[in-house]
Amino acid sequence: MSLLQVTDLSMHYQGRQSLVQRLSGNPQSVVRAVEGVSLHVEKGEVLGLIGESGCGKSTLGRAILRLHEPTAGKVLFDNSDVTALSPPALKAMRRRMQIIFQDPYASLNPRRTVAEIVGLPLALHGIAMGDKAREITAQVLERVGLRSSQLDRYPHQFSGGQRQRIGIARALVSNPEFIVCDEPVSALDVSIQAQIIALLLELKRELGLTYLFISHDISVIGYLSDRVAVMYLGEIVETGPVAAVLDNPRHPYTQSLLSAVPEIGAKRAKGRVRLQGDLPSPLNPPKGCKFHTRCPLAIPMCQTIVPVVQTLGEGHQAACHRLDEGLSLLDGAR
Amino acid sequence: MTLLLEVTNLCTEFNTRAGLVRAVDGVSLRVSRGECLGVVGESGSGKSVTFASVMGLVRSPGRITHGMIFFDGRELRDMSPDEMRATRGRDIAMTMQDALTALNPALTVGEQLSEVLIAHDETLPAGRAARRVAIRDKCVEMLGLVGIPSPQSRLAQYPHEFSGGMRQRIMIAIALACRPKLLIADEPTTALDVTIQAQVLELISDIRARLGMAVVLITHDLGVVAEHCDRVMVMYAGQVVEEGPTEQVITQPRHPYTRGLLASIPRPAMRGQPLTPINGQVPDLVGLPPQCRFQSRCPMARPECLVEVPMFDAGPDRRARCLRLEDMP
Amino acid sequence: MTEATLASAPPADSLFRRNLRDFRSNRLAMASVIVVLIFVIMAVAAPLIAPQDPNETDLFRRLQPPAWIEGGEWAFVLGCDGLGRDIFSRIIYGARISIFIGVAVIVLATGVGILAGLAAGYFRGWVDVVIGRIVDILLGFPYLIFAIGLMAMMGPGLFNIVLALAYKEWVIPCRVVRGETLAVRELEYVEAARALGAGSRHIMWREILPNILSPVIVVSTIRMANVIILEASLSFLGLGVQPPTASWGSMVSDGRAFILEAWWVSTFPGVAILLLVLAINVASQGLRDAFDPRFSE
Repeated sequence: MSLLQVTDLSMHYQGRQSLVQRLSGNPQSVVRAVEGVSLHVEKGEVLGLIGESGCGKSTLGRAILRLHEPTAGKVLFDNSDVTALSPPALKAMRRRMQIIFQDPYASLNPRRTVAEIVGLPLALHGIAMGDKAREITAQVLERVGLRSSQLDRYPHQFSGGQRQRIGIARALVSNPEFIVCDEPVSALDVSIQAQIIALLLELKRELGLTYLFISHDISVIGYLSDRVAVMYLGEIVETGPVAAVLDNPRHPYTQSLLSAVPEIGAKRAKGRVRLQGDLPSPLNPPKGCKFHTRCPLAIPMCQTIVPVVQTLGEGHQAACHRLDEGLSLLDGAR
Repeated sequence: MTLLLEVTNLCTEFNTRAGLVRAVDGVSLRVSRGECLGVVGESGSGKSVTFASVMGLVRSPGRITHGMIFFDGRELRDMSPDEMRATRGRDIAMTMQDALTALNPALTVGEQLSEVLIAHDETLPAGRAARRVAIRDKCVEMLGLVGIPSPQSRLAQYPHEFSGGMRQRIMIAIALACRPKLLIADEPTTALDVTIQAQVLELISDIRARLGMAVVLITHDLGVVAEHCDRVMVMYAGQVVEEGPTEQVITQPRHPYTRGLLASIPRPAMRGQPLTPINGQVPDLVGLPPQCRFQSRCPMARPECLVEVPMFDAGPDRRARCLRLEDMP
Repeated sequence: MTEATLASAPPADSLFRRNLRDFRSNRLAMASVIVVLIFVIMAVAAPLIAPQDPNETDLFRRLQPPAWIEGGEWAFVLGCDGLGRDIFSRIIYGARISIFIGVAVIVLATGVGILAGLAAGYFRGWVDVVIGRIVDILLGFPYLIFAIGLMAMMGPGLFNIVLALAYKEWVIPCRVVRGETLAVRELEYVEAARALGAGSRHIMWREILPNILSPVIVVSTIRMANVIILEASLSFLGLGVQPPTASWGSMVSDGRAFILEAWWVSTFPGVAILLLVLAINVASQGLRDAFDPRFSE
């Protein structure tokens, strides 16, 4: 049984509507940030969730934690349905599911000391108080590579990388089993990014953590994930073991995503798959396959019929009409 | 290839509340005509300030304390503000990282493009009507050049009506309006998604080849440099630490920082192997002692590194700022 | 962790302390603070400072000029009013009224405004709509006329003045708090607190409020100057504190009748109002520069 099982999760936002729009009886403008997503995360693994900005990956992460109330669907965590939990039960569940944020500046309250920020879960859940809480906080701080003498400092006295460590400490202090890492290294410089990635992997090994790692950076995802899910316009288009997805991408979007990443080393001999145009607005997503507007392989049926998810190999799935034809954008470009 | 831009021993200082910060400390660099130079560094490395200095865009509390900036045979620092203004935009152009804030939200794209043309383009015809037509044609041509579909109708639109990638293209179009000899692109793709990023970088490379202009690509992404630049210059804490042909620098770095940077980049192929991050963090630039700036984080540091280190020749057309250059594997 | 490491740590530098340092280095603002403090000390220690009894009438001294003018005497520095009361002493006692009302109205209004603004900004939805409409309606009335109407209904009195002014004054901090709350509630640290299991109360009081207090303090100080003027206006119109209690506004009003033959009766309380209001405004400007740099320049 998976630690986390997400089934058909949808997250729609009400778009802003003017009075005139409402009176004229226009259809509601709904942003479909996440649309019918199903995924699972096994205990002790890292599921990498990759996608470009606006694809709904962060919203999905937050909906799983019920930071945003999902519109439809189910989130089973350790066999209990998170979407149906009562407020006190949800609060208790928060001890076990945590999140690390992208922005090391916005995610720490500038008016609280590190001891207060990191120690907050201890107080909220009545785990420890006073000196005991301080001691635990200090230990966690040391664990993430900061000094306990920095307990009484304020966030602005730390660098970006150190702040991210504080954010990690805060997520760890209540001993969670599962952590959503929402672009935790995207705002950091390369050398600091490597430090944080190394730290996250080390913590995972030592504490037996499970991560949902959200990122737009394929290199990062490819390096630290066990399995990968690729998201486009609120839907998961391809998922599977990291080796299968990265070495043998089957969905044209995954293929173009991989080919767009600049590579270090010998200049690539093969050409590039160039996607044309921009991400369509989730307010008015394309009908049929959502990728058809930018897909070099699109055929007429893609415009009307939503492709179903097909299983391609062990745990490797993709949703595209032309999978059986064995086409690859990468082959053509080579 | 002839030399287009030559900067010698440039120093730019900022008088901050914390003290005097030498953001650019003795930077020397050369860009030949038609060449693409990549400038790599993390935040605080001084890479953006270096080129803001070249453009004459450093404002109080910052100031260039010494150094020479020769562009096309002329010393830019000796130019009057008017001459400098004329050079900027016409001969050297710069694009900014954040296209949304760099474009004026209150003016249409067409208006912003024509502004540059009116200010710098001497080839425009004299007659009022002919001039207007010429400007309009040129604007359409520029938008077309940077790959904006149906440029005619989009001239009348405002920046917010374009997507992030399109805005970056528009900024490039504005920068290119007068066919500059040098384009300085400051983190042109940092704010963009990978698929869009690839489009924009390809566009810059493509236009460079077509117009024969030189490009300085400021970025923190070694991958971008690897694919698009002939030569690369790595900066750390206000100094150039290594420079040379991109291929050589990346395959055989001669400075421990460059090596550390390359080893810090996670790659799918390295799954399961531990990353080797550079420990510690960039030193505070206030009151730095005159010694190797990387020494506190350097795995190869020795007591003798506590001196000021000059750039050493490290092979043909290569230089690096390290005393232990020869010991590098 | 040992005690030694804790003791050796440099003192924590909170945002508040940094802001305070900025404020202290602003000389003009510090001078204004000193002026305000002088008025406050005058008000608090009025019985000790005032040379005369402020309400003691002496018809022999009716309209006696200030000391430096022919016929004045130093025991009555700023001269006497139409009933022969010492103007200087009355100004000192009047400071009590002005400052008390200014502080009371602002404290009351800011308290109510913070509660309403936080609720509106945090819960949004119908709470926001209801509070927003009330605010809109109150903003529709001209302030002074509203206060005059209330005073006419409730009758004069110190407490009623405070109520009449606070009735509308809370709208200002409320709007500031609501706007700031809307911005701050979307920040990641608020989301982080929710992810950790924090409830609405914790988030509103501990995460949001401390971060929006700076602009509220700044706005409240500016408004305090305004309230002092309003109180003076009410007293000037005879709707404020009732005689014989000294109030700057009613003192100015009393002097109107003799403005030609005895200018000092109106002028000195007027100068007192000007000085205090000016000092508060300059100080609040300094506060704003130090605490809320977004608005300066």
